[in-house]
Parts: sequence; structure tokens; C-alpha cells
Amino acid sequence: MVFAVVLILLVIGSVLFHFLSPWYLTPLASNWSTIDDTLGLTLWITGILFVVINLFLAYCVIKFRYNKDKRAHYEPENKKLEIWLTVGTAIGVAAMLTPGLYVWADFVNPPKDADVFEIVGKQWSWKYRFPGDDGILGSVDTRHITSDNPFGMNSDDPNGQDDVLISSGEVHLPIDRPVKLLMRSDDVLHDFAVAEFRVKMDMVPGMVTQMWFTPTKLGEYDVLCEELCGVGHYNMRGLVVVDEENDFKTWLNTYPTYAQTLSGEGAAAATEGLSLVEQGRELSKLYACTACHSIDGSTGIGPTWQGLFGKTETLADGTTVVVDADYLKESILNPNAKMVEGYQPLMPPTVVTDEELDALIAYIKEGLVEKSE
Amino acid sequence: MTISLLFMGVIMGVVAWWLLKQTVDTSPWQADAPYAASEDFSGRSLPQPDAKLVLIIFLVVVTSLFALFISAYLMRMTMASDWRPLPDPDLLWLNTAVLILSSIALQWAHVAARREQLDSLRNGLFVGGFFAFVFIGGQLLAWQQLVDAGYYVHSNPANAFFYLITGLHALHLLGGVVAWGVTTIKLMGGTEVARLRLSVELCAIYWHFLLVVWLILFGLMLST
Amino acid sequence: MSTIAHDADDFVAPAEIPEMELYHPKTWLGKYVFSQDAKVIAIQYAVTAMGIGFIALVMSMLMRLQLGFPDSFDFINPSVYIQLVTMHGMIMVIYLLTALFLGGFGNYLIPLMVGARDMVFPYLNMLSFWMYFLAVVVLVASFFVPGGPTGAGWTLYPPQAILQGTPGAEWGIVLMLVSLAIFIVGFTMGGLNYVVTVLQARTRGMTLMRMPLTVWGIFMATVLALLAFPALLVSAIMMLFDMLLGTSFFMPAIVSMGQPLDHTGGNPILFQHLFWFFGHPEVYIVALPAFGIVSDLLSVNARKNIFGYRMMVWAIIIIGALSFVVWAHHMYVSGMNPNFGFFFATTTLIIAVPTAIKVYNWVLTLWRGNIRLNVPMLFAIGFIFTFINGGLTGLFLGNVTIDLPLSDTMFVVAHFHMVMAVSPVLVVFGAIYHWYPKITGRMMDETLGRWHFWITFVGTYAIYYPMHYLGFLGVPRRYYSIEGTNFIPESAMSLNAGISIAAFIVGAAQLIFIYNLFISYSRGKEAGGNPWEATTLEWQTADTPPKHGNFGKSLPLVYRWAYDYSVPGAEKDFIPQNVPPSSVEKGTDETNQ
Repeated sequence: MVFAVVLILLVIGSVLFHFLSPWYLTPLASNWSTIDDTLGLTLWITGILFVVINLFLAYCVIKFRYNKDKRAHYEPENKKLEIWLTVGTAIGVAAMLTPGLYVWADFVNPPKDADVFEIVGKQWSWKYRFPGDDGILGSVDTRHITSDNPFGMNSDDPNGQDDVLISSGEVHLPIDRPVKLLMRSDDVLHDFAVAEFRVKMDMVPGMVTQMWFTPTKLGEYDVLCEELCGVGHYNMRGLVVVDEENDFKTWLNTYPTYAQTLSGEGAAAATEGLSLVEQGRELSKLYACTACHSIDGSTGIGPTWQGLFGKTETLADGTTVVVDADYLKESILNPNAKMVEGYQPLMPPTVVTDEELDALIAYIKEGLVEKSE
Repeated sequence: MTISLLFMGVIMGVVAWWLLKQTVDTSPWQADAPYAASEDFSGRSLPQPDAKLVLIIFLVVVTSLFALFISAYLMRMTMASDWRPLPDPDLLWLNTAVLILSSIALQWAHVAARREQLDSLRNGLFVGGFFAFVFIGGQLLAWQQLVDAGYYVHSNPANAFFYLITGLHALHLLGGVVAWGVTTIKLMGGTEVARLRLSVELCAIYWHFLLVVWLILFGLMLST
Repeated sequence: MSTIAHDADDFVAPAEIPEMELYHPKTWLGKYVFSQDAKVIAIQYAVTAMGIGFIALVMSMLMRLQLGFPDSFDFINPSVYIQLVTMHGMIMVIYLLTALFLGGFGNYLIPLMVGARDMVFPYLNMLSFWMYFLAVVVLVASFFVPGGPTGAGWTLYPPQAILQGTPGAEWGIVLMLVSLAIFIVGFTMGGLNYVVTVLQARTRGMTLMRMPLTVWGIFMATVLALLAFPALLVSAIMMLFDMLLGTSFFMPAIVSMGQPLDHTGGNPILFQHLFWFFGHPEVYIVALPAFGIVSDLLSVNARKNIFGYRMMVWAIIIIGALSFVVWAHHMYVSGMNPNFGFFFATTTLIIAVPTAIKVYNWVLTLWRGNIRLNVPMLFAIGFIFTFINGGLTGLFLGNVTIDLPLSDTMFVVAHFHMVMAVSPVLVVFGAIYHWYPKITGRMMDETLGRWHFWITFVGTYAIYYPMHYLGFLGVPRRYYSIEGTNFIPESAMSLNAGISIAAFIVGAAQLIFIYNLFISYSRGKEAGGNPWEATTLEWQTADTPPKHGNFGKSLPLVYRWAYDYSVPGAEKDFIPQNVPPSSVEKGTDETNQ
């Protein structure tokens, strides 16, 4: 009896939880309402089955509980009943599957007029590339990747010269324009996922994967990597900002084209007119430093930057060092030379100019003090 | 994965067909129901000796392993444009002939064991084992030739698959050689032929199986 | 050591060996350590599996500490966290569930249930356990090598599994792959044994369709495992080649941590195909034995035959066969050719039909039964409830479109824990409460058992049901910390804390079970030979616990199927399989409907 009551309570509780809890799909911000509809349909069909079967189960547990004077009914099988149940289930399954396949067909065939742009994942940050005025992305090769050419651009390809290169975790997209995302990875598997857009796709080194959607709501949306990519996986975040067409263009114009980076106007363009500390903050985002080094004191893959400057750190070999400008400089240019105890040698050497170095160090030294107060 | 899928399809088909043959239209709750004619109530489903049956099932498992390698081979071949077939050393033809001879010799031993002809059995076993060793040596020599010619395992996926698959095949043959060794030692120790008949038969089956696997693998490597 | 020859030539099937003194081992070592008695091997398997499984349970508790109360525990850093994720998953799936169902229950129940004296190849069976033990030792060793165990996720996807940036990329992953290879070899030895024993060593009269569903489930799972494990072996070998010899099976051109690597042209998706070609059947390797065992628990305690036995057998076979054509539903968003999605979504949803039939038949077995709600039955009915829930959420993930928002979120975690962690584990517990009296001769404590059931059943539901909703929100899996996003509300953090508390309670409740296992061994009620009044052969043995050789002087003869409960016209409400029609006591028929 108790068991049946518990079963009924669990069923009622599950249904109530569904309707009363604040947790459900995040509000949709793309064209993929069809995905939500398919999901809703499946939820209803399975939900009804869940309730019906379990209540029947509870009924059986009460009604047919043990009584030593009674005998169970003897019925080895009931072909008719079994066939009906099979057919019914098959129909239910088909009802769920068919709309799913239609929506999938939509997903695998991006609209012809979709704007193309590229996302590149690397441990543990994102880079973006827009095709520029010609609308064509230049060819790339992983083997061309150096710290001067982080996208692996093929310098001979005329199509690539006007490509806009964005080494930042933040990307803007124009509203109500279908976009086709071409996705690459420099190192391991990643997955570009924005909960509000519903769709996601893995990024696989050695190949280009794709997906498409149309952003339909202005706003800022978190990008998460959703394919395990190493210790920094949980920190591989980004931001998609959906803008009006004009704001998008303004934003895009602040970034250099490939040709411009070749002629030396690199990251400097993004940091023009800012104070040294502000420049440092921008650069720390640009180089994805903060994927591993927290700025609020929380545990990360690398030591936190909060309160770092002037601190005495114990190194892996047992010696101690006071964190000053020289130590920071060395650690940025040659990260694995003096490892702090308890951390793994994961940080890639970053090629930065002296000015950039000064800005970063200024940020680590001064930029975080005010924040922590 | 087409190859592996085909293989699984065949195996599952056989399993389902066989079970269907056993059980179709039986109503097991009727204690005295007439059963399908093949059911003799003895509790044994197949006439083969257990050891032979277990070898056959094991060979199915090994086939699954090689089918998967072949699937991977064909998939990797088409997945990137870096596939450079390596030259098949002439030695491999010779090795193939040696393996065929080895298989024939063991078949000879098997027939001899059934007829209880001790001398032929002994000769068959020795010759078969000898050629098996020659084959393994020959394969090593082929590897040596390729390495000397600069075809390293890591320089191309075709090379990698060649070393991987031939190595695995040779390893399986070595496993067979252990069974062959135990049988041969028993024979030398004077065990009666009748008691060795099954062991010899199992060796022969295993050899034929590995020969077929080799012919398929060799054919695959020749044609790609 | 036993004198049973394991050589091919002078082999006599153990089933045909008459009971005699020679058959038994003389030394302590031969009896308890290098035993060739399937029942002892079963217990060795079960104890090892549950021991390593307990470690994996503790790991999950540590993960919940981090997820529920982030930043409170310094020793769980991001690196340790994904190592916990990886090892918890791998141990639970392979080293606990596969080993326990097939090595543990398979060894104990197959010979007893089909009426054999032992497995057909006892020596091979012993080797199988010691290979498994070695695999566990190698696995445990990976915790003590520099860098610790691998943190690549239980799927071990390259390239990250063998690159800097993943913990254990130097030693941990090698030991993991080696341990898996040893496990596979060991399993194959055992698996060949189970299959041949079922096919060849049944006692007289035990036709295939008279076998209990437990045997059917374990048999089919073994067939799947024999065919599917090679795929894992293949991918493990190829990954070792890539790692140690510098080949490029799976490794494309990569710039890792700023350093270009020598690989070129390999394809990570190839690994995923091979892995899931094993990985999906693996789900059924765990599920099918659970299906079989739960069918028997339900039938015995409902005092009613399993409803639609033939359909149940065919469902097991069809599910087994179909499990080889659905693997890529794990890869909908992997970047494989998206057109495969149509095929795999269809096959995946087709597999729902035979699975649903099994659920209906379990429920219909209870219908018009005479249900004894003892502890094993509680677990069995608990299983039905949990499995319905987990099975239905599978229809979300299997349908390729709905997988887009949900894949790689906590919804997936909730789904697979419901369907292949909680459900099979409930069956494991039910089965242990059910067969413990046969194994030890004593009953397990009923009160403790009920406490254990209630906390485990309600607790796990409290853990995993709300977790689906975190998935709907878009909370990703395998995340050390989800702080700092805009779309995940604060309330989700409190929900996570609540889930963690439920998890700790459930985790602690398992100590009740362990205590019960030990205390009942010496203090439990005497069970007698057939405490549940069951029909199958293991309850009809001359001795309880059964001696080496299982059945006394002669093997039982089987006259009927395994489900003769409440047969009209019979005196008792059960007729054991070895009772000839002529000796069935006729009763008065009035109680029958």
C-alpha cells in the first residue's frame, strides 16, 4: 500500500515539478522554434505515457497485493493485446520521429543566402573570422599557424586579404539575418553552443563542420564549449551579441583585416585610446588569459590574478619567488620556466609586443586592486 | 563501417535464424507440448564437441576484430587525401605461398589423425609448424625490407595500417603456434593419436581461418 | 587444483561428470583463490566489481561536492574534477556493471539455472577472473603514476585524450587503454564459456524456450559483448599507435599549446565511430541481463508467469541485433555527415518498440497477480518506474532534432544515469537480496533492506529527475563550474546543491546495504532451500549453498518451463521445473479465476 502511494506521489510530484519549477528551456532567441515544438510534442506524448503506465503500475500494486487465500490469474500470453500494444507504440514513435526528421532536414540545408562566418576553437578560447567585402573566406591551413598568424591564413590567397580577424571571445551578429557558421579547431574537439539558439555543433580538428541559425532577438548570449576539451573546458566561454545591422557593421569595422595585420596594425587597433590598465584588460580578453587565470580569486587552471602582484609564490622546485614585473614578463614569454607549485605546464608561450606586455603587467598590478576592494 | 555492419548483420541473422528454427511455434508453458523436431531434449543444442564449438565462436569474435580493422582501413583511406599506398614487397607473395603450404600440411595432419596414421600425423604437424615459423620470419623480413626502404610506420596511414594489420595477424598465428606446440609435445611424449585427434583438427581449422584472413588482408592491401 | 582436464582431447563436459570426490579441489588455495568452481568465481567477480564500484561511488560524491558547493573544496581542482568524471564513468560502466552482471551473476546463475555442474571450461573461467583482476589492478595503478589517471572522459576521445591539456595524457591514458585490453581478453575467455555453457551444457529437458529469462538476458548480452568489445580493442590499439609510434589514424594536423605536432590527416570522428560501435551495444550489455533478472524477480513474487514469455525472448534478441545499428545517435552533433542523422534517428526510435513491449509485459505480469512486496520485489518494481522514466527521455535524445539543444547537457547525464545506472543497479540490489539466501544459506535482514530500498529509490529519483531540467536550461555536462553565465539562474545553483545533498544521502545509504551483507552472513535467518517458493533449478539443489558440482548425485531432469506459477489445478502456486507432470499434486480448483 505504502509503495503504491509513493509511486502515485512520485508521479504527481513529477508533473507538479514540471509545471511549477522555474527551470525549463531558456527563452528562444533564434529561428528554431520548430525544435522547441518537436521537443514539446515529445514531452507531451512521453509525459502522458509516463503518467498512465505508472498509475497502472500503482493500481496493480494495490489491487493485486498478496493474499494467501487468493491465486494469481493464469495467462501465459495474450497475442491480441500484445499486437495492439505494439502497433500503438509504433504509431506513437512515428508521431514523434516524423516531425523530428523534417526539422533535421531543415537544419542540414542552410539557406542559400545565409551570411557565412567562421569560428575557430582552441584550448580554451574562441576566434572568429568574417569574409570581408568579397564575401569569401580565404583558405587556411593548420600548418600555417604561428603566433603571428593565429588563423593559419594562406598569405597567397587573394580572397583572404580582406577577411576580418577577431581574436576575441566576443562576436557580434546582425539580427534577423540567417548565418551559416563554418567551424574549425586548432587542437582538440570543441563544441560551439548557445542555449538560446538551440543548435550546437562539434568543432573537429582537421575538418570544417557547419550549422546555421537566424538570431531573432537583440541581446547578449553566453557561448559555452560543450565537448570536453581538457582542464580548461569549463572556462571556454564566449559571448554572442546580437546587434542591429548598423551596430554590427560599426563593431566589425573596429577589427583589422588580414592585410592590415600583415602591415603591422594588429591588436593595437582594438586598444587605441585606452589607458594602459584598460588596454591590459582588453588584451587579457584578446589573448584569452582569463580562461585560465581568474580575476576574482577563484580556483582556475592557472594562478588567479587577484592579489597576485607582490605575492610570494612557492615554485614547483620548492624555491620561492616574489611576483614582480620581471617574473610576470618571464612567465608570459616563457610560461614553463618557473612553474608555481601545484599547477601543470599547460600555458602556451604568447608572442606579444613590449607595449602589450607592459599593458598586461599594468593590468595585473593595478587593474585588479580596485576590483577586489 | 559498412563491412562491420555487414558482418554483424550476417552474424545476427544466423543467430536469429537458428533460434527461430529451435523455437518457432513452441508454447513452452505446455509441459508436454510437441517440440520442434531438432530438439532432442538432451540439453545440447549442437552436435559439435564443445572445444570445436568454442573455437568456432572465438573465430567469429576474431573475424569481428579484423572486420573492424578493415572498416577502419577503408574509412581512413577516404577520409583524407594523404594516403600513399606502399609497394607490396614480392616477399609477401612468397609468404602467402608458405602459409598456404602450412595450412595444407596441417590439413594433411588432420586427415592422418583421423585415420590414426602416426607417421603422417607427425610429418604433417612438423611441416605445418615449420612453415608457420617460416611465414612469421618472412613477415618480419618484409617489415625489415620496408623499413630499410624508408617506409616507416608513422610516415603514412597506409604504412601504419600495413604494420598494424600484418602484426596482428602474425600475433594470432603465434597464438596458434602455442596450441600447435602443446599438441606436438604431447605427440612426442607418446600420447595416443586418438586422444590428439581433436587438437589436431582444431589447429587445422585455426590455420585455415588465418589463411583466409591473410588472403583477404593481402588482397585488400594489393587492391588499394 | 581440480582434476578436470581443460584440454580439448580428453574433455568430458562437466554437465556429464557424475558427482564424485575427485571433482573437488583439495587445497585451500584451489578452493578459494584459484578456484574453478563457477560459484566461487562469481563471488570473486562480484566482490572485486563491488569494491572498485564503491571507489567510483565515492568519486561521484566528490563530484557532487564540487557541483553543489563550488569553490568550497580546494583539493577538487579542474584537473581532478575531470579525472573523477572519467574514472567514475569508466569504472561504473565496464568494471562494475559489465563485470558484475556477466562475470558475477552470469557465473553464478547460468550453470545453476540451466542445470549444469559447472561452466564448460572451468580452467578458462578461472583465468577469466584473474585477467579481470589484473585489469582492475592496472586501472588502480593509474591513480599512482605521475599525472594521475586520464581525464579524457570515459569516451577517451582523441585528440584530447593524448594531448597536453588533459590530465593523465602521458601515463594515465596508456594504463587505461592497457587495462581495457586486458579486460577484453579476460572477458572473452569468460564470455565464450557462458555462450557454450548455455548452448551445450543444459540438463536434459531444458529446451531453449524453457530457460528462465535471466539466462536469456545474460546469454544475449554475452553475445553482444563478444562481438562489440573488439571495436573497443581496435580503437584502443590504434590510439596507442598514434600516441606511442606517431601514426595518424585519429590525429590530424594540430597546433597544441602553441606547438605544431607531427601528425597529419587523421580523423577523430573515425575513433568515435569505432568507439560507439562498441559503446552502444555496451548499453545493452548492461541492460539485457537486468531485463532478464527483473523478469524473474517479478514473476516469482507476483506468483504469476512472466507475461508473454515468447515475446520477451524475441524482444531481447531484436534489441540485441538492433543495438548494432544505432551507434551514431551518440554522434549527432559530432560533425559527422549530418545525413546519417536520418538513418540513425529512425533505427534508434525503432528500438523503442521492443523495449516498450518489455515494459508492458512487466506491468502486465503484475496485473492480476498475487504480489508479495518483499525486498527484491520492491527493487524490481522500483526498476520498472525508473526504467520507464529513463526510457522515455531516451526518445528525446534519440530523435536527432531534439538532441540538438539537449546533447552534452545535464539532460544527457540525467537520462543515462536513470536508464543505465540507477535502473540496472536497482536490479543488482534486488538480485542480491533474492539470491543471497542461496549463496549463503541465510536471508538478508528485511528491515535494513527496506530502508536501503526506500532511500535509494526515492533518493536517486530526487537526484536525477530535477537534473533533466538543468539540461533543459542548457547547463552543460562535464563542467567543473557553471558560475559566470547570464542564462543560468541563481536558482539552478541551489538546485545543484539540493541534488548534491540527495546524492550524499543515497551514497550513505549504501553503507546500510554493505552492513546488511556482512551482518546477515552470520546472523541472518536460516533460509532453507527455496525461501521464495521459486520454480527455477537453482532453488531445487540438494544443498544450500550448493556444493561444487551444484546438484547432488544426479542432475535434475526438466519437465516444464521456468514460470509454472499459479497453474490451475495444482495444489501449490508453483511447480518447480524438475517436477514431472505425474507428481504434481492436484488441488481443489475453486481459488482460480
